[in-house]
Amino acid sequence: MSKNLYKKVWDAHTVATLPGGANQIFIGLHLIHEVTSPQAFAAIREMKLTVPFPERTVATVDHIVPTDTRERPFQDSLAEGMIVALRDNCAEYGIRYFGETDPDQGIVHIIGPELGLTQPGLTICCGDSHTSTHGAFGAVAFGIGTSQVRDVLATQTLAMAPLKVRRVEVNGKLSPGVYAKDVILHIIRQLGVNGGTGYAYEFAGSTIDAMTMEERMTVCNMSIEGGARVGYCNPDETTFAYLKGRKYAPTGADWDAAVQWWRSLASGPDAEYDDVVVIDAADIHPTLTWGINPGQAVTIDETIPSADQMPAEERSTWQEALEYMKLEAGTPIKGVPVDVAFIGSCTNGRISDLREVATYVKGRKVRDGVKAIIVPGSWHVALEAEKEGLPEIFEAAGFEWRKPGCSMCLAMNPDKLQGDQLCASSSNRNFKGRQGSARGRTVLMSPVMVAAAAISGQLTDAREVFDIQEA
Amino acid sequence: MLNTRFDTIRGRAVAVPGDDIDTDRIIPASFMKVITFDGIGQYAFYGERFDENGYRKNHPLDAPQHQGAAVLISGRNFGCGSSREHAPQALYRFGFRAIIAESFAEIFFGNCTMLGLPCVSVSTEARAALEAFSNQHPDKDIEVDLVNCVVRAGDQSYPFTMKQSALEALREGEWDPLAKLMANQDAIRATAAKLPYLAWNRG
Repeated sequence: MSKNLYKKVWDAHTVATLPGGANQIFIGLHLIHEVTSPQAFAAIREMKLTVPFPERTVATVDHIVPTDTRERPFQDSLAEGMIVALRDNCAEYGIRYFGETDPDQGIVHIIGPELGLTQPGLTICCGDSHTSTHGAFGAVAFGIGTSQVRDVLATQTLAMAPLKVRRVEVNGKLSPGVYAKDVILHIIRQLGVNGGTGYAYEFAGSTIDAMTMEERMTVCNMSIEGGARVGYCNPDETTFAYLKGRKYAPTGADWDAAVQWWRSLASGPDAEYDDVVVIDAADIHPTLTWGINPGQAVTIDETIPSADQMPAEERSTWQEALEYMKLEAGTPIKGVPVDVAFIGSCTNGRISDLREVATYVKGRKVRDGVKAIIVPGSWHVALEAEKEGLPEIFEAAGFEWRKPGCSMCLAMNPDKLQGDQLCASSSNRNFKGRQGSARGRTVLMSPVMVAAAAISGQLTDAREVFDIQEA
Repeated sequence: MLNTRFDTIRGRAVAVPGDDIDTDRIIPASFMKVITFDGIGQYAFYGERFDENGYRKNHPLDAPQHQGAAVLISGRNFGCGSSREHAPQALYRFGFRAIIAESFAEIFFGNCTMLGLPCVSVSTEARAALEAFSNQHPDKDIEVDLVNCVVRAGDQSYPFTMKQSALEALREGEWDPLAKLMANQDAIRATAAKLPYLAWNRG
């Protein structure tokens, strides 16, 4: 038996074992943003500490930026205060900062990979739970709290107990109209929203192997929604091809050395795991949530579960979810009216997501009364989309084309639901109040399913709306 | 730098029933547009406690008999979702000094431990019993005994579990690890020197 990737990377970054059994872990890449870093900077300033590895931290602003205009100062003075604090903190400690109009700015989990900062074998952390996204490259990547941001700034290390590793093997070919988003929603539905607590998920199998890097990022992004702080894929030729030539990827002899090292980190065929789960791709269908956590999901052809379909211990949450969502048990999810459609976020705000949506919405119209917005994940995504003429297609169809940011995924900027609006959303969380209204309702699904909902004004099967069939 | 060593936390308790209570619910994102944690305690569970016009919705945290409660009781997978430390900070600043639940989400648990806010896991039955106790005896203390790993309420006691590294850190007063991390400067440099990527161009 040999070590899996997680264990190899963990061991290579272990500085010391601390009393109580946690490890002190060196952090290869520390990403920061405006929401979870200001208190950490305040702490190191107060304690008169330095930042010993400033080149290993990279900052951007994403959560609070407006997506309609970048005009400064922001209308929201609190948001303006946060961006000023981040800029000043980065200047004071010599940290690279991509501000709101920088060509490299975007959602932190979109820009890390697209700039080639995210690489296999790194330990990557950020005060943001969707840091698991970077695991798609074979990095060990996880979200941390603000006190830990302080620790990483001050020492480039943090204290953490190692996780167990569960191999989640998905095998087979996905049917047309079934996307990476459906794969991860299916996995969470099967294993539960807390099934991954204490585990890193290694996503493997022929379905994952056949995925592009952007698809793998979508899968790893939502690991945390299944309770797993870390999710990763083993690095392979797809990974190396994606990284080659990226702005911060190594070049020349260093590139060759890098690929050799990256290859050596992948879990071998005899790698050891604490648990293995096998999933058949043929069982995965377009999936969407009906409730208030990402595990409360059904396929588009199913009905909203009734009491007798729920295990006893989940019934109170089921009841709470139905009341909040104003949905009726036993009725089809298909046909539920939609008020808002949101395409974007660190889960599904990449160029491949936008291309796929453009293919289907071209020549169609968003249903009257539906507010539909498309928010690219970064300026690079936005510029590429513009080069390919996608915004014209979106706008002709009645979608608003915005500037990059986290936007309505968590509504810390002006993009918010109102009242009890129901939003078909390509984001990652359907928690109560998540999209900016305490009564707002979120239904998670793939971007193409969101597009179909926008066009038909209701939750619907994109395969029917867009005539997606076996080739 | 030594933190408080925890042995037993005593306080009146309040239950916030439900499973999978996420950190968006504990502290809505709209209250995170701040650059300090000062004053964040008043916004704990805001969307659950107040309606859109700012009127109270009879949440347990606002019940007169539970004012001053220091122990929070809840269900499975408490603190799931976002890594925002604003969530434990809000609970701590609201006045909580221990949380009892059936289980905790990983990042939330770690964030609480680093603030010296112990999170202990009890069985479904114990959680129900403790919830009932806090409702029937809102004026009586519950004890979270970190030395013997039990929660005591009235004449009953219930065993709890906690990740060993966190339990020891809390007992030994080493739950804020920064001093320990900083003490290993040489080992940090030695580990960094062995990582190939630190030497690559454009790395």
